[in-house]
Amino acid sequence: MPEMTTGQAIKEALSLCLDSNNTTFIAGEDIGVYGGAFGVTDGLLEKYGEERIKDTPISEDVIAGLAVGAAITGSKPIVEMQFSDFIVNAMDPIVNQAAKLHFMYGGAVNVPMIVRGASGAGTGAAAQHSQSLESWFCHVPGLKVVTPSNPQNAYDLLLASFVDPNPIIFMEHKLIYKLKSEVTLGPLPKDSSILGNSKVVLEGSDITIASYSNMVNTVLNAVKDDSLKDYSIEVIDLLTLSPLDTETVITSVEKTHKLLMCQEAPGSSSIGTTLISEVVSSRAFNSLKKPPKLLAGLHSPMPSAKHLETTVIPQEEDIVIKIKEMIDNE
Amino acid sequence: MNKENKLELYRMMLLIRLFEEALEEMFSRGLLHGTMHLSIGQEATATGACLALEREDLITSTHRGHGHCLAKGADPYKMFAELLGREDGYCRGRGGSMHIADLSNGNLGANGIVAGSLTISVGAALSLKIQKQDNIVLCFFGDGAVNEGSFHEALNLASLWDLPVLFVCENNQYGMSMASENAVAGGSIAQRAESYGIKSISIDGNNVEEVYNSVLEFKETIKSSGKPMFIESVTYRYRGHSKSDRNLYRTSEEIEFWKEEKDPLKRFIGKLTEEGVEIETLKEIESEVREVIRDSVKKALQSPESPKTNLEEDSYA
Repeated sequence: MPEMTTGQAIKEALSLCLDSNNTTFIAGEDIGVYGGAFGVTDGLLEKYGEERIKDTPISEDVIAGLAVGAAITGSKPIVEMQFSDFIVNAMDPIVNQAAKLHFMYGGAVNVPMIVRGASGAGTGAAAQHSQSLESWFCHVPGLKVVTPSNPQNAYDLLLASFVDPNPIIFMEHKLIYKLKSEVTLGPLPKDSSILGNSKVVLEGSDITIASYSNMVNTVLNAVKDDSLKDYSIEVIDLLTLSPLDTETVITSVEKTHKLLMCQEAPGSSSIGTTLISEVVSSRAFNSLKKPPKLLAGLHSPMPSAKHLETTVIPQEEDIVIKIKEMIDNE
Repeated sequence: MNKENKLELYRMMLLIRLFEEALEEMFSRGLLHGTMHLSIGQEATATGACLALEREDLITSTHRGHGHCLAKGADPYKMFAELLGREDGYCRGRGGSMHIADLSNGNLGANGIVAGSLTISVGAALSLKIQKQDNIVLCFFGDGAVNEGSFHEALNLASLWDLPVLFVCENNQYGMSMASENAVAGGSIAQRAESYGIKSISIDGNNVEEVYNSVLEFKETIKSSGKPMFIESVTYRYRGHSKSDRNLYRTSEEIEFWKEEKDPLKRFIGKLTEEGVEIETLKEIESEVREVIRDSVKKALQSPESPKTNLEEDSYA
């Protein structure tokens, strides 16, 4: 099993997509010679040529619209938003077009396309290059939203997204690009059934912590803290945010009786609020021994300075404190 | 163009006119839910443009798209059924007036977002190129669309990448209530295309033969050059923007002038009779079209409503 970074794993998945379908192209800003702002597409231009690795002008609206038009005419496009913040310039093609056409045209067309984007903070890129906007897209019927957290699930989820017949928003947190681990480079899956499945990544019985994207890694590091060595903690990586697999979380909460949701995005109208609302209105309600808690990013634009950035984003120590609060005060 | 072609242009313009007049009547009888955007007065552009295309050529359409849809070969019955929310409608009642797509005839769909289809047409053209198909995409949009950012992004990319798109701006001179002359800096819509290196012309959009010949010529040029082209087709809508319009932004004299002096059907009937076509021939066509409309409306009204299936499931493929 080769060891590689998430960025390399995504590139491997993209290569397999390009190899498997000759209508597939990748379009985006600086994805060719430059190799992508985060190096994900580095080398693809040499391998596949400029007919398939298409550098675009800085025009997010037409990048996304291009994908919609190509998708409804039998092609299978993958496009990139260099920083996912720039997706705001592509909202019409994504929200009003890609998400709607299948339904609006009575099922006459499918819109199989992937919009990839680098999301999240932690690099000091400040307010316009650090957002976690994933919940916006979960609010739109017709879209699927996928948030990998490591090399293996980024590889697997990207391939599943590729074989799915719907428009996919694929948010890659910047801090996962350089994470390195062994990756099984499997073939293209027969279907996209793994989309919509969350995963228990650590089993435990005292508390359930649900999270997604890079925050899963922060949680997994936090629970290694010495002060938590007597606690049995269950961690769930949501992986797909729309559709959201609440069942796995509900089942876990029935066992642990406590739920902590951790996310980098601000809490208001977010994945965390949705998940907690689903859990408390489910059969798990009677199992809860504590009110569920949401540990979210502050309701603030992302500051640039490192010490301020870490104030906005939940840190390992914040998670440790919250876990102790929820278990010790039982 | 031979006589048969000309009569086909006449028949199609009349079909669109009578289709929309029938819709108006149904609306006034309270049979239609929602609003609609009528293209009465603009039939020559839809007709001339679509009849110059082949079935395999693609179009993208607008909120004012009944004419494009019919001219590209749609079945009036299935269109009426769609507006009535029936299962036989093109979108099974999910799209309505503003969102009819007819893939079997190359109509990629009408779009409720001004300029929404411009970037889609560019993607469809890229598909044709990738899939090595020798066809073009004709993208309809109105004068209101030319001030949207996506118009500029789409033209720029289509030109950079040599994509086979024929951009057709139906300049009916008003974006809802905003007069085009007050909205387009620099004055000329066609010239905007030139600034992206796209050859463009401005034509009389109420002269069906001029539209037909221009689109035919541009289509062939696009096929040989692989480059996009641009037509500004100047026309006029008689009815309001939608059903709520009180026409406060233009004079009744202006509307009457276009109806009396510039009406595409009236002018074409005059030209055909000058060329020796018998009035009887035109009357026969008219009664045949009236029968099609009558039968389609009747059948649509009798067809079953779209069942309340699982709409959440229908949101995904």
